[in-house]
Amino acid sequence: MTPNVSIRRWEPYLWPLCATAAILSLWSAGVWWSGTRVFPSPVAVERALAELLRKGLLWRYIGDSLFRVGAGYALAITCGIPVGLLLGWNPAAAAAVNPVIQMLRPISPLAWIPLAIVWFGATDLAAIFLIFLASVFPILVSTMNGVRNVPPMFLQAGQNFGLSTAALLRRVVFPSALPQMLVGLRIALGVAWLVLVAAEMIAVTSGLGYLIIDSRNAGQRYDLVIAGMLIIGLIGLGLDFSIRHLETWKSVRWGFRHET
Amino acid sequence: MAHTLSAATARAVKTAITTKVSLDGLSIVFRRDGSAVEVLDRISLEVREGEFVCILGPSGCGKSTLLNIVAGFLQPSSGQAWIDGEAVRGPDPRRIFVFQERGVFPWLTVEGNIGFGLFKLSREEKAERIAHYVQLVGLEGFERAYPHELSGGMKQRLEVARAFAVNPDMLFLDEPFGSLDSITRLGMRKELLRIWELERKTILFVTHDIEEAVQLADRVVVLSSRPARIRRIVEIDIPHPRDISAPRYLELRDGIFEEIGLAHQV
Repeated sequence: MTPNVSIRRWEPYLWPLCATAAILSLWSAGVWWSGTRVFPSPVAVERALAELLRKGLLWRYIGDSLFRVGAGYALAITCGIPVGLLLGWNPAAAAAVNPVIQMLRPISPLAWIPLAIVWFGATDLAAIFLIFLASVFPILVSTMNGVRNVPPMFLQAGQNFGLSTAALLRRVVFPSALPQMLVGLRIALGVAWLVLVAAEMIAVTSGLGYLIIDSRNAGQRYDLVIAGMLIIGLIGLGLDFSIRHLETWKSVRWGFRHET
Repeated sequence: MAHTLSAATARAVKTAITTKVSLDGLSIVFRRDGSAVEVLDRISLEVREGEFVCILGPSGCGKSTLLNIVAGFLQPSSGQAWIDGEAVRGPDPRRIFVFQERGVFPWLTVEGNIGFGLFKLSREEKAERIAHYVQLVGLEGFERAYPHELSGGMKQRLEVARAFAVNPDMLFLDEPFGSLDSITRLGMRKELLRIWELERKTILFVTHDIEEAVQLADRVVVLSSRPARIRRIVEIDIPHPRDISAPRYLELRDGIFEEIGLAHQV
């Protein structure tokens, strides 16, 4: 009985670990077999990571990057959710503003880089602005749609119990739209992290994006480039995992297809 | 038994004199794609205080529309609904609309749902009221459960409890048991009658199920197909609990089957 149970417990981790090990060995073998001098082996990348740690750069860069993403993302939430609620609640306003939103939305945040530098110079603000731009639209649009999709039955029930408009928004519209808003928040966080690297390559002199561009420019250190990429990937994974965790909250769980 | 009978008689005397709802020539016309669809045609009806009235009609005849007008969610094209002598102008917490079980709020627990309309009460009163109605509809042990953890019948009881908890003097039920399986539905009818006998609210109950109407109502209002007119009002003069194989029951039921133009042979 016991060995079976412990295998079950480890099973979700077993295959991903095997796959990672396989990919690492393929990578090693590829570097060794081709004799490349540009592309580093896993061991070289590991040494590069240790070097970053020793110089105290790793945590500082991670901290700076997380700060920029956090600031831009928080700004996007504080703008996107109220505006989305307003537009979702007021179809006339939404109809008026929607063409502009839909036109701005497909423009890559990277296209704003020149303007960001003109407005904010090569500062944190430029990077934060770009992250804000990238993440505000998914939040705004998902909030707006969430509010529009509130079943009329819930609104009628709220009105029937004598709720004022403010109370209706707070006690019915917001919680009813919340699962869809969370989907938007999750997409926005992913996009914010994607854009961060590009923003830091141009506007600032610290952070993980800067690490990558700087390692290439200053001496073609591709081991550091790959180390930077790995850290970005791992943190992205962690961020997605944490925000996914919100979907298991009891009061939003109904909106997602989870098994109990 | 003698006690309940005399209580029922006393109630009958009292309710006979007070009119709760008065519908005066309600008509409604919907405009879709430039054409006008007449849905209700001069519906006039009086409902007594504490009476249980079923509105019966084929699907799509406009019986839900009628209920929505009386509840204040829709304005009639002509005519007027009156409740307690006041013209109906909009929804009112004194009169609660019960949807099919989908109307419960999925982001709130059983307690949260029942307490939803009790925001004007103090914390103690609210807790007491919630506990009372949890017990009344038999949801003890599920106070902290969310609707997605409940069965269809439990969700329906929850919605009924949420409506009763604000102590309304009238309830509108729109095919409330329509999506339940037939066994659960029978149980729910019994439950609803039990609570109604205890609390004596005026009930307007919309259904397309003839048996359901004859089992529940004091009077059954039979509507025609669209545009809905009142074909007939049938008084169900059988005391509760009703024996659904009694000759009088079958006679009333079959009368309605014939009124609607259906032979009761499949």
